[in-house]
Amino acid sequence: MGNMIPGVDGYMYPNEMELQWGLLIVLYPFITGLVAGAFILASLERVFKVEQVKPTYRLALLTALAFLLVAPLPLQLHLGHPERSFEMYLTPHLTSAMAMFGFVYLWYLMAVLLLEIWLEWRREIVLLADSTTGWRRRVYRVLTLGSRNISERALALDDRVGWLVTLIGIPSAFLLHGYVGFIFGSVKANPWWSTPLMPIVFLFSAIVSGIALVLLMYMAVCALKGVATDMRCADTMGRYLLYAFVIDFSLEMLDLLHRVYEADESFKSLDFMVHTRLYASHILVQIVAGTMLPIGLLALAQVLSLTERARRGLYAAATVLTLVGIFAMRWNIVIGGQLFSKSFLGYTTYKMEFATREGLFTAALLLALPFAILWGLVRLLPPWTSEWETKADRPSPA
Amino acid sequence: MTVDRREFLSRTGKLLLLTGAAAGALEHVLAGQAEAAPGYAETDHWWGMIIDIDKCIGCGNCVRACKEENDVPHEPYYFRTWVERYHVDPSDIEHPAVDSPNGGFDGFPERYKPGDGAKSFFVPKLCNHCVESPCVQVCPVGATFRSRDGVVLVDKDYCLGCRYCVQACPYGCRYIDPRRHVVDKCDLCYHRITKGLTTACAEACPTGARQLVDLKDPKDPVHEFLRTRSIQVLKPQMATHAKVFYAGLDGSVR
Repeated sequence: MGNMIPGVDGYMYPNEMELQWGLLIVLYPFITGLVAGAFILASLERVFKVEQVKPTYRLALLTALAFLLVAPLPLQLHLGHPERSFEMYLTPHLTSAMAMFGFVYLWYLMAVLLLEIWLEWRREIVLLADSTTGWRRRVYRVLTLGSRNISERALALDDRVGWLVTLIGIPSAFLLHGYVGFIFGSVKANPWWSTPLMPIVFLFSAIVSGIALVLLMYMAVCALKGVATDMRCADTMGRYLLYAFVIDFSLEMLDLLHRVYEADESFKSLDFMVHTRLYASHILVQIVAGTMLPIGLLALAQVLSLTERARRGLYAAATVLTLVGIFAMRWNIVIGGQLFSKSFLGYTTYKMEFATREGLFTAALLLALPFAILWGLVRLLPPWTSEWETKADRPSPA
Repeated sequence: MTVDRREFLSRTGKLLLLTGAAAGALEHVLAGQAEAAPGYAETDHWWGMIIDIDKCIGCGNCVRACKEENDVPHEPYYFRTWVERYHVDPSDIEHPAVDSPNGGFDGFPERYKPGDGAKSFFVPKLCNHCVESPCVQVCPVGATFRSRDGVVLVDKDYCLGCRYCVQACPYGCRYIDPRRHVVDKCDLCYHRITKGLTTACAEACPTGARQLVDLKDPKDPVHEFLRTRSIQVLKPQMATHAKVFYAGLDGSVR
């Protein structure tokens, strides 16, 4: 149509040329998804007594915490006025889906995750407060929160309360990420986002990404520490990952099928976009490499009788691909939802920035930060339990 | 009365603390309220706009007047109001050719020849001041709000710059002001209409294609306009209860 604007085809409303939400807002659902997924995995052991995944229980909790601490940062960095963000707590606008973020976040952080971690580690914190010296001793003393009773009765009570917190935590984790999906799914102006399936798709993709991350980290930590991977644990997680992924993929395909079959007024525009500007990130990276391939690999591990080493290789490949695929999914939703005009008459391009506040370097830093925090957390609250120490000597069944 | 230094400092300190707190509290109370003008009663009005497509000649006067009046950034892609040119081939009414070079700021260069078998017309656009505004609904702190006279306004000292409202607006009426990092949009020249003037765009329009209307004023020509003309709002399927009413709007316009 002769528009002289680079990167723009057809007609965009003039105010639409600039994308409003960039890479940092892609990170936001990605990171909160990892939190929710890791927590739900941890809950499996605690509430549903899945003994096999026990070695990863504590690691999953710390992973969830490390990522949760970083989760609000991309949002803060994105705001035009970060210094005003506290207004969301003081004068929340009750009809706004976004206004609830602060409260959902705080609830999840304070009432669920920190409480559960504290209860889980309380005995060790008290012991460490006595056995360490210097500043470490002071840190652990503060962490006891003045509660130094570690009699059997007290610990039994901790366990019961911890169980209850986890029980409350599961719907909370569902809320945290289902809610993030709702932020997008409730925007009726945007047909790429507006679907009631969005919170559910977000939730299942969160579970998928969380299990993949914890499984990958578990195997990596085992390798780093030189202990044998508990294959019962890895196989169970691989199986859960497969199940969750199949549900997630079915939901996404249901959404796609529904769009294709209904073919409403927005369809031609979205269809064109998926076949052009989003082809690589949506079809190739998200669906083929990031979903079908890992599902295939995980299924192979189920049907073939492979050696432990081969299974570990399969899981490593599958989890890395999964994480890439889920990241691509967040990208395609956030960025994809802004590449077409709400007039359905044109398309624009996302120009990624590099060394800016919302650029690639910041995003890379934000993705590395949870791992740095986790490194510190692991030192502060060692997750290694007896399952970890005995692994090296116990030959595990092939 | 003698006041020693200690007492003076204590009193002044308390006074400063209290006024500071009161000012802080007042700021929260006042957030989400329209700017007051002397002698203007918000509840006596219900503002909207009527646009007569047949009268718009695409001169761009409204766009220029708006940018001037409201200090809208001059570089392209920041508009409170803009004009689109539609060119609709009767054999393919679902795929109109649309352009809006610089939002119509410089008018429209000749592109289509008369008698090419298609119809051409101009569509001025602006915030629809929806009664059920998706932008107001999603603002996390209530910085975007609808005043009691039906105008959707932004409190720029309160806006976080989260851009959720930009995403929520189905009409593309909002932009982020690159200088203040807060959202901006048409406020129907609120500083003018509360003083009895019309909007800058309506005043600058040489053909009367766009007119500010007060739906609560029984003598306003809007009532006749709505009764006698074929009226449409943009994207009625969005159910936003828009208050910019178009006469003669073609079905191909989105």
